[in-house]
Amino acid sequence: MVRQDLEAATGRYLNLIGRADEEGAAGLVLGLIGEGVPAEDVLLRVIAPCQRRVGELWASNEWPVAREHGATAVSERVVAAVSGRVRPTETRGRVAVACADGEYHVLPTRIMAEVLRLRGWQVDFLGASVPGPHLITHLHQTGPDVVALGCMLPTRLPRAHATIAACQAVGIPVLAGGAGFGADGRFARLLGADAWAPTADAAADRLAAGLPSFPAVPDDSGDTAVHLGGEEYAYLTRHRADLLARVMDTLTGRPEHTAEDLGNMADFLIAATYVHDAALFTDFVVWTCRVLEARQVPAESVVLGLGAFHDVLTDCPDARALLNEGVAAAQACCGRSARPADQRTETSV
Amino acid sequence: MRGAAGSAGPVPDLMAALLEGSGEGIVLCDADGVVTLANAAAARMVPRVEPGLPAPAPLDSVPPSPEGRVVLHGGRAIRIRAQAVSGGMLAWYLTDLSAARRTEFLLEAGRRLSASLNPHRCARAAAELGADFLADMAIVLLPPTYRRRIEWVRAVSGRYGPEEGVLPAAEAAEVPGLSDALAGLRHGVAGQQDPGGAPGWLLPEGFGPAGHLLVLPMPGNGVPAGAIVLARRAGRPPFDDDDQVMARDLAARAGAAVSAASLFREQSTINDILTGDLLPPELPEIEGMRLAGRLRASQQAGAIGGDFYDVYLPDAAPDGGIVERPPLVILGDVCGKGAGAAVLAGQVRHSLRTLLLLECRLDRLLELLNRSLIASPSPNSYVTMILAALRTGPDDHVLVDLVVAGHPPPLVLRKDGTVEEVAARGSLLGALKEISLWPATLDLEPGEVCLLYSDGITEAFGGPSGREMYGEARLKEALATCAGMPVEALVERLEQLSTEWLGGGPGGGADDRALLAVRAGAGRTETSW
Repeated sequence: MVRQDLEAATGRYLNLIGRADEEGAAGLVLGLIGEGVPAEDVLLRVIAPCQRRVGELWASNEWPVAREHGATAVSERVVAAVSGRVRPTETRGRVAVACADGEYHVLPTRIMAEVLRLRGWQVDFLGASVPGPHLITHLHQTGPDVVALGCMLPTRLPRAHATIAACQAVGIPVLAGGAGFGADGRFARLLGADAWAPTADAAADRLAAGLPSFPAVPDDSGDTAVHLGGEEYAYLTRHRADLLARVMDTLTGRPEHTAEDLGNMADFLIAATYVHDAALFTDFVVWTCRVLEARQVPAESVVLGLGAFHDVLTDCPDARALLNEGVAAAQACCGRSARPADQRTETSV
Repeated sequence: MRGAAGSAGPVPDLMAALLEGSGEGIVLCDADGVVTLANAAAARMVPRVEPGLPAPAPLDSVPPSPEGRVVLHGGRAIRIRAQAVSGGMLAWYLTDLSAARRTEFLLEAGRRLSASLNPHRCARAAAELGADFLADMAIVLLPPTYRRRIEWVRAVSGRYGPEEGVLPAAEAAEVPGLSDALAGLRHGVAGQQDPGGAPGWLLPEGFGPAGHLLVLPMPGNGVPAGAIVLARRAGRPPFDDDDQVMARDLAARAGAAVSAASLFREQSTINDILTGDLLPPELPEIEGMRLAGRLRASQQAGAIGGDFYDVYLPDAAPDGGIVERPPLVILGDVCGKGAGAAVLAGQVRHSLRTLLLLECRLDRLLELLNRSLIASPSPNSYVTMILAALRTGPDDHVLVDLVVAGHPPPLVLRKDGTVEEVAARGSLLGALKEISLWPATLDLEPGEVCLLYSDGITEAFGGPSGREMYGEARLKEALATCAGMPVEALVERLEQLSTEWLGGGPGGGADDRALLAVRAGAGRTETSW
């Protein structure tokens, strides 16, 4: 099938999942496979780009959250249908694929699992938000060659780190994947993952190239483990609830600051403190400004929220430095679309 | 410390102590090539070194260079580096590589063999250790299964990734000494075997003929845990005493690891069989509606707990005496958490399955269950639950007959996004002989949803302050945002919101959480999008 046809199919697919038409979407995808389009292309060139587009449509407030969730649920079932239709023979080793603890954005990881299956791996897909003990029990019971761990949001990094270390401690190397590990995979390296891949097909290529059969000894002499976390991280994690309560007190009378948004702010701040990475925090700030602007909430409210955290965190110089960078990033967003309004819609991530 | 008086001046006490404590051998000689001092480590590695005498072999053969040279001396591999120091004097630094290799082996063996509770991973680690430290090829064979098959893992030094396979137990007899080792008849004896007798399957393709073969039993928990065979190619040195000690050490550690892992596997297999019935069922497709459910057990390693749901489809071909009825879904919560609660939940689900053969009136079913729980010998057999019979009505409507026994009543998501609480109530099961029930019937238009949930959702403590209860109001609010969603997405979203509410804590204090939703109508969403 030529490229244009696949692009047209992608447009039709987006339309179908936007109406939560599972039957139509599955019919389209299985039809493509029936016409000879490789299942991997269908997953990576039709479903995955549409799901990225769905995220953008939600962020720009063109789709309500329910429609986004509906479309994603349909794609999940379509991926399952592809998996049921195409049954490759298992010619390679065994992989356990899981989403990091607390990670509910399951579809990218599910697609990676399917691509690995199509490339001949025996795949155990453990699903969304897999708690560490659950994963380790699975590893003992099945003894896979490698764990592929998906993490879409950097706020899950501290728990992903614990999971990576636990897998390696039971002798199984870890391939990290997903946007949560950074667009360049820097957090995967920092947390000691044995390998990193930006996309599902890159993950399959990386595994085909071979991972060490036993994870390397953590480099304690280096600066990785030593520089993760630290006092401020521990303080912020322990006092998250109190801090949020105090921040919300200083912001009383400003309805545009929802508890959920401020909670996100705290979580990204905590994650940035864990990996000592300012870009993690400023990327989040810029993204939040964009999402709020799409909902007619000016970026000034983000400046105000960050300022409230800054005032409360008197004893955390590193976190305050991050907040200052966040304020600068939010100020740069201010005035791009200055429409006054205090209407708020949901902005869950 | 051996020092020649007068030749190099007196060594201060502190310096002497420092040199003596070094693990690296240090030898100093003067411009004439006569040794002036040698510390204890040097004397251990080269016993003939003696102050006042010329530097002995192999020191005299090592010219000064920054990288030094590895020499074999007295059964040890020693790295010797010579360096010119002031006044024409020469210093040698000696490192015992044999000791380093053994230390490294012990560290690696400890790290790798203690890691996994999977017999195969343990066997793999042992094979790799053998190939890395002792031989050109190492193969670990696990004890024969009841089908008389032997699983093996083989590693070759310098090759990536071990190979695995299975062979009939009879073929193991082709390797001299292997049957005895597998049967545990050779206790810890490092058996050097005639390499000529090795069968073709033992060595990998392209390996070439074996020159030396070592067959060792892996002792386990009173029963043998398998055997390990080490091979060196023809022309390589034979396994010496040190090698054999190391090989026995490897076999003993590998045996302990494999047998512990085998015990774990046995236990977890039994566990899986026993808990299989206690896991939530796959939800079936029912004509005219769609179901989705989620269950999170508070106990993180096991997936079982006191919350449960189930679906009972009508008998496909009801015959004499079996009552006809619509599909029934249930959701409930037994007192307590963990395995004990899960067992009781399993009993309730089973009892109901049997009762349904004879009874289809929902209130009557709960009365019978109540009596059986009261008669139960185990204490605290309290259960709250909802029964919901699902009938299809005209115009793709679904009629839900509900009875609620001490459980939070279901919520309904209407087409316009409003959320209602169903007015069905009733008493808890297992406490009093008489129960009271106020049933209700619900009419769902296509696209409308009836949500059954357990109190683990509404009584979750967390939120921004970490101390707040999630509560019914928040659940209703969350449900209202789900209008138009496919039912799987709805349930997933509610679970996600609840997990986020619980926050990043370890989850130890959390209760079991169950959600089950029924959405009227077939696939497509009927909304204004």
